[in-house]
Amino acid sequence: MVITAKIDNALRVTAVDAKAAQLSLKPGMALADARAMVPHLQAIEADNDADRKLLEDIADWCDRYTPFVAVDPPHGLFLDVTGATHLFGGEAKLLATACEALAKQRFSVQGALAGTAAAARSLAHYAPGTTVPKGEEAYAIASLPIAALDLDPVITHAFRRAGLKTIGQVAARTRNELTARFGKDMVARLDNALGKSAKPISPRRALPDYMAEHRFAEPVVTEEVIRNSLFSLARSLSRLLEQRGEGARALEAIFFRADGIVRRLQIQTGWPTRDAAIIERLFRERLASLSDPLDPGFGFDLIRLEALRAERDPDGTASFDKDDNAAKEIAFLVDRLSTRLGAHRVLSFAAQDTHIPEAAAVTVPAQQQASVASRQWPVLRNRYEAPRRPLRLFTTPEPIEVTAAVPDGPPIRFRWRRVLHTVTLAEGPERIAMEWWRSETRRPTRDYFRVEDEAGLRLWVYRDGLYGRETMQPRWFVHGFFA
Amino acid sequence: MTQPSHLIATLRHSLEPEEARHARVPLGHAAADLCLQGGLRSGALHEVFSAQAGHEPSAVGFAITFAARMAHGKSLLWIRQDFAALEFGELSAMGALELGLDPARLLLVKTADATEALKAAHEALSCASLGVVIAEIPGTPKSLDLTASRRLTLAASQHAVTAILLRPAAKPDPSAAETRWLVRAAPSRLEDDDWGVAVFDAELARNRHGTTGRWVMEWSANDGVFKPFGRTADTGAMASASADRSHWAA
Repeated sequence: MVITAKIDNALRVTAVDAKAAQLSLKPGMALADARAMVPHLQAIEADNDADRKLLEDIADWCDRYTPFVAVDPPHGLFLDVTGATHLFGGEAKLLATACEALAKQRFSVQGALAGTAAAARSLAHYAPGTTVPKGEEAYAIASLPIAALDLDPVITHAFRRAGLKTIGQVAARTRNELTARFGKDMVARLDNALGKSAKPISPRRALPDYMAEHRFAEPVVTEEVIRNSLFSLARSLSRLLEQRGEGARALEAIFFRADGIVRRLQIQTGWPTRDAAIIERLFRERLASLSDPLDPGFGFDLIRLEALRAERDPDGTASFDKDDNAAKEIAFLVDRLSTRLGAHRVLSFAAQDTHIPEAAAVTVPAQQQASVASRQWPVLRNRYEAPRRPLRLFTTPEPIEVTAAVPDGPPIRFRWRRVLHTVTLAEGPERIAMEWWRSETRRPTRDYFRVEDEAGLRLWVYRDGLYGRETMQPRWFVHGFFA
Repeated sequence: MTQPSHLIATLRHSLEPEEARHARVPLGHAAADLCLQGGLRSGALHEVFSAQAGHEPSAVGFAITFAARMAHGKSLLWIRQDFAALEFGELSAMGALELGLDPARLLLVKTADATEALKAAHEALSCASLGVVIAEIPGTPKSLDLTASRRLTLAASQHAVTAILLRPAAKPDPSAAETRWLVRAAPSRLEDDDWGVAVFDAELARNRHGTTGRWVMEWSANDGVFKPFGRTADTGAMASASADRSHWAA
C-alpha cells in the first residue's frame, strides 16, 4: 500500500508501507511508475489535515511523560523530558516505554533521546533507539549520513559530490570553510545537532506554573477513586502554592485514559486560591456540569492537576476582618456558580462614562470584577425625588403606537403588547443625543418621557428622532419600566 | 482540610444567638409591621407574586425594594431566567441605584430554566455572607413544587440568608414560604406632589406567624424604608379592601 499526493500536477507516492518497500517502491516516485512495477498496488490519497490531527492527538497522549511537548511536522514530536526521566526509571527506560506504548497502539515509531532537539531528531530518523549520554552528541551522530541533518537537498547533494558522507566528516571541516560555502544557517544546524548550541523548541501549550500528578499501576475506573485522587492532588498542589505564597487563578485537570484518549477540564477562580477543599469542590462542580460525562473507558492511568496561572496571594491566611472574609466567601460562591453555569452567566455591574441609557452600565463576569475599572455610580435623581432611570431595561426597545396631542409633545395614549394604556401623568422630555463619536452611522436623538397609566404602571418611553428636524414621522418605543 | 477563614466564619455563625440570625426586619410601615409581629423574618423564604396580569413590573419593583430593606448593606444576588429578561427586561444597575441600592453589591446570575435557577438559589443560600438571594421564576414550572420551596426555606434558615421567590405571571401554589405577597401597581400622584416614586399596592396574602392584610406602601429610596403612602399613616390602610381588616385594626 502506498500513500499518494498531487505534487507538481502529478500523482506521486509520498509514503510506502513495509510491504511496498519490499517491492522497492520509494517515496517520490510517480504513481504511474509504481503501478507499472506493481499492477495491483493499493493507493490512498494523502489527507494532510487528518495526519496533522492525529499527530496532535499523539502529542496530547505524550503529555503523560512531560507537559513540554512540541510538534515537529509532518511526522515528528519533541518531548522535553528534562527532570522527568527519574519517574520512569531513567532515560533509556523512558524512551523504551514510550516507544513500546505507541507501538502497542499500532503506530510505527522511531525514537531517540539526546541533549539537543536536533541531535535527537537526527538519531530518531537514522539510529532509532539511541540514548545519548550528556555531552556526547557529537560522537553519537558522527557516523550518521549527512541527510540526517535535514538540510536543503541541494546542500546535501553538494556534500555528497564533495565526498563527505557522514556528519562526522562534515564536522571535521573548519567552520569558516563551511560558512563560506553553505551559509550560516547550515552551520547553525550542524552545531545544534552536535550539541554545541541548543535551539529552543516551543511547547504546544503554555507550561503550567505548578503541577501535581498521580500515576496508577492499574487504570482506575470508579468515580470515588478518581475524586479522591483529585483531592489529594489538590492538596499536593496547595502545598506547592503555599511554599511560594501564591494562589491559582486557573486550573486544569488532565485525565489520561489507558487507551490513549486525553480529557482536559479547566476551572477559573476569581481570587488566587490554594485551598484544596475549594479546588476539589470546584472540580466536582465542573464534573457535574459536563454535558458529556467523563468516560473512564478502561480506566485512567494518569491524572494530573496543573495550576495554569498562579498569582501572588497577598494573604492566604485567615483574616479577622469580617468584610474581607465575606468578600472571599462570595468570591468562592461566584466561582462555584461560574464553574457550573459558565462565567458569562454570573455577572456584576460596572458603570460606564456615557449618557446612553443602555450603555451606562455594563455587566462583566463577576470573576473578573476586580480587573474591570468601574466609575463612581452617578445618582441622577435629587434627594427625595422619584427615580429617573427604570429598574428594568428592555434589551431591544419595544415599538408602541402612540397618540400625542402635538407631534413633539408627550404621549396621551399608547398601545403596547396589544394593550391600550391611557397616560395620566407624563414628564419630559429628557433629551438624550446619541454620541456621534461612538458610531459611524448617525442615530437619531431620543426624547424620553416618564409616564404613568391609570393603573399606576410607570414606564419609560421615548420618541426616536426630533420632530421636524430629524424626522417627520417619529417612532415611539418603550425602553423599560420603573418600580 | 478546612481553610481557617471558613472555620472562623462557622464558629462566628454558631456563636450568634438564634434570634439574632432570624431577626425581624421592620418594613417601616407601622400597620404592616404590626401584622408581621415586628417585621419580616430574615433567614426565611418570602414569595412575591403579581396579583394580576399586567402588574408584573410592580411585583419586580416590590421584590427589589423588599430585598434592599432586608439586605442590611450585605450583597444581593439576583437569579433570573433568560425568559424573564425577554418578557420583563434586564435588571438595570442604574435603576437599582436610583432606588437606593448600591450596584457594587449586586450580582446577577442568568440561568436557562427554572430548574437551574432553583439549584443556583439553593447554592447561593449556603453563602452566609450574602444578604438576600432573589430567584425570579416566571410562570409555574414543574420543578418549583412544595419540596423545592421547603428546601429553599431550610437553606435560608441554616445560613441566615433571606430568600425571595419572585413569581411574575404565576398563580400562587402551595409552598413553605414564611410570607406571600400579591402586588399590584398603584398610582403615585398625590395632589400637587412630585410623582413617580415607587408605590405598591401590596397584599400580604399569607403569613405563617401572624395575620394578613393589604396596604398601599411607598418605598423611600433615601431612608431605605417603606412608608404608608399618603399624607397620614391611615390613608394607605384605608385604601385597602382586605377581608381580614379586624386583624390589623387591633
